[in-house]
Amino acid sequence: MDAGRDGERIPMRHETTVERTSERELVVTRTVNGPARLVFEAWTTPALLRQWWAPKAYGISFITCEVDARTGGTYRFVFGHPASEQPMEFFGRYLEVTPYSRLVWTNDEGGEGGSVTTVTFEERGTGTVIVMRDRYPSKDALDAAIASGSTGGFTETFEQLDELLVGLVASQSQI
Amino acid sequence: MVQYSAERVDASFAALSDATRRGVLEQLGHAEASITDLAEKFQMTLTGMKKHVGVLEQAGLVVTEKVGRVRTCRLGRSRLEQETAWIERYRQLWHQRFDALDAVVGELARKEQADGRRQRR
Repeated sequence: MDAGRDGERIPMRHETTVERTSERELVVTRTVNGPARLVFEAWTTPALLRQWWAPKAYGISFITCEVDARTGGTYRFVFGHPASEQPMEFFGRYLEVTPYSRLVWTNDEGGEGGSVTTVTFEERGTGTVIVMRDRYPSKDALDAAIASGSTGGFTETFEQLDELLVGLVASQSQI
Repeated sequence: MVQYSAERVDASFAALSDATRRGVLEQLGHAEASITDLAEKFQMTLTGMKKHVGVLEQAGLVVTEKVGRVRTCRLGRSRLEQETAWIERYRQLWHQRFDALDAVVGELARKEQADGRRQRR
């Protein structure tokens, strides 16, 4: 039967978890199949990043993917979406690049409220555990990121409008 | 968990395209109100306000509850619910990214293995 053959081809399914671990920090965890060396390569090589950073289901596509993955180097991602005339831009600087184990970068597109992201790769068995920490400068900065409704995807462009409005209304009512 | 549906996004967008409805949301941000209150405040007929509230309700922005003869309206989502919904959407985004990353890494590993085999020959 085909089911058996397909079963062999499908790699183990892994969970992705997100937790707000403190007033100003979000932590995303996930295990992927393969050694840390290859995960690091996929994270720091533009041609490979293009293949996974913009999920197909979101309808986002890369317009620009510039990555200089060295300590002090910069990155710049520009995405387009058929429903939006304005491209979406993300950029920042690598504060630390330690091959195969650790990347730290700033997220500067949002100005001063931007987070610093630290991602670590740790091999466990045949897989690599990825822990990604987004640390915001303050509780207010993380709250504002949430209230904006945007997670960096694109399909939410419209929904974020309602969340923004509800967020504004809610913050007004708390005063 | 928050379900993503195109219908829901369209409904939100439609709901927010109207100045009166945005005003109603702002008003409900301060306090709950009955449809009668809202109709008076926005100087329109009860029927007209019912329609607006209906649109907001369909988009999930407002919930209403009928007690006796009065239908009370309030905002559909609390701040906490909003945060939970955002975190879930953020998780979905990263889940999809990591699924794709998994595939890329798997492909790299297969290539390396194949290259290794070829070199050994």
